[in-house]
Amino acid sequence: MARKVFVEVTARFDREGRMLPLSLTWEDGRTFEIDRVLDVRRAASLKAGGQGIRYACRILGRERYLFLEEGRWFVEG
Amino acid sequence: MNNYYASIECLYNPRIRDKPVAVVGDAEARHGIVLAKNQLAKRFGVKTGDPIWLARQKCREIVTVPPHFDRYLRFSSMAREIYGQYTNRVESYGLDECWMDLTGEGEPQKEGRDIADRIRRTVRHELGITASIGVSYNKIFAKLGSDYQKPDATTVITQENYREVLWPLPASDLLFVGPATTRKLACRGVHTIGELANADPCFLHRLLGKNGLTLWQYANGRDSSRVAFMDEAAQIKSIGNSTTAPRDLVSEQDIRITLYVLCESVAARLRAARLRCTGVQVGIRDFRLYSINRQGRLARPCCDAETIFKQAFALFHAHHTGQPVRSLSVKAFALTGASALQLSLYPEAMRQDRQEQLETALDEIRRRFGNFSVRRCVMLADPELSRMDPQSDHIIHPVPFIA
Repeated sequence: MARKVFVEVTARFDREGRMLPLSLTWEDGRTFEIDRVLDVRRAASLKAGGQGIRYACRILGRERYLFLEEGRWFVEG
Repeated sequence: MNNYYASIECLYNPRIRDKPVAVVGDAEARHGIVLAKNQLAKRFGVKTGDPIWLARQKCREIVTVPPHFDRYLRFSSMAREIYGQYTNRVESYGLDECWMDLTGEGEPQKEGRDIADRIRRTVRHELGITASIGVSYNKIFAKLGSDYQKPDATTVITQENYREVLWPLPASDLLFVGPATTRKLACRGVHTIGELANADPCFLHRLLGKNGLTLWQYANGRDSSRVAFMDEAAQIKSIGNSTTAPRDLVSEQDIRITLYVLCESVAARLRAARLRCTGVQVGIRDFRLYSINRQGRLARPCCDAETIFKQAFALFHAHHTGQPVRSLSVKAFALTGASALQLSLYPEAMRQDRQEQLETALDEIRRRFGNFSVRRCVMLADPELSRMDPQSDHIIHPVPFIA
């Protein structure tokens, strides 16, 4: 079972108001750049237990889901 | 949506997903009953409305969790967004159920099933919970179809197959066949929906009155009511609040505080809906769980808490038996629009107008600074009783099928 890890996120808003997460900071303070956002959609996280806007991100060459749930970001840890 | 409250709790807490789960009210505030349960708990015979101790007796390893109404509301509106992608005729029936009218071009049965399957898939992926959908040519059969297979299933009921599928079901599965009607029908040998459909309508009319004919039509699939539009607000017939007090109410002050809290919430909701009431109903349930409801009329339509309270308090005094009170309810009915009001020169009418202006000003203060920013003096006498905030706590209002 995955842990629900709330993380700090740096995001950029473009001129259309779209939000793009750029990097996330893990609980232990390490920061990871998001190389690319592959997909954005509403989805549930059955693994960590939550629901929100799911950003499928490529981080260090691997695909990871980043969720925005009611204003807070979490990843499936 | 299947086991709505329980499914959402299980989604948020993966650890309890494989255990029997019940969502229960706060036992310390004496609201300790099962509000919802998941499939596993259902297998043990746990029912909605069971007190917690009874649920524990039926299933020793049951996990009880408190409700999160904000989540249930959020999921409900997200589900409606999904439905809205297919039609603008979406009529809610409680938080977790909806009717959708998908009448259109194409082959109705096939297309109905396709859309239903797509909706189920979307709900499962986006919301993480399952739904059961009934596809049919009227609302009653669609509802029966949605209850037919759980969880996560589509049931299509057509003019050709409804006799085989629905008629063997017990009559109590039909909308509006409650315990009393079930008993009456069973005494006359009517046990299934099919038997109800084949009964003589005159006999049903004699037995159940007008309702008997309606049920006969429902059982035969002759319901022609339409599905409301998405943005169509259901006409409000009454506004009410009720509470089970954290302890039995004995003194006059206890009653006064609780009634004031309820009346203020009812009045504020009336004003927000731009309505006035001419009738007030009080419900009293004593510690033996014996309950009564009594109504009274007002001289003039009103939407202020003071007038509603006076009427409610008078009704309480006239009908209360003197027993300690467990729960109280206040309902405003016979509603009229706020603008259509006969002007009056009598001093009591002018007093009422002033009271209304005062309370409207209070609404604004409470909107900006919270419900507890301005309070009546009497509320300070017993913070335990006056702590509740029915206006924002009770955001879920059931809607009747027949308006």
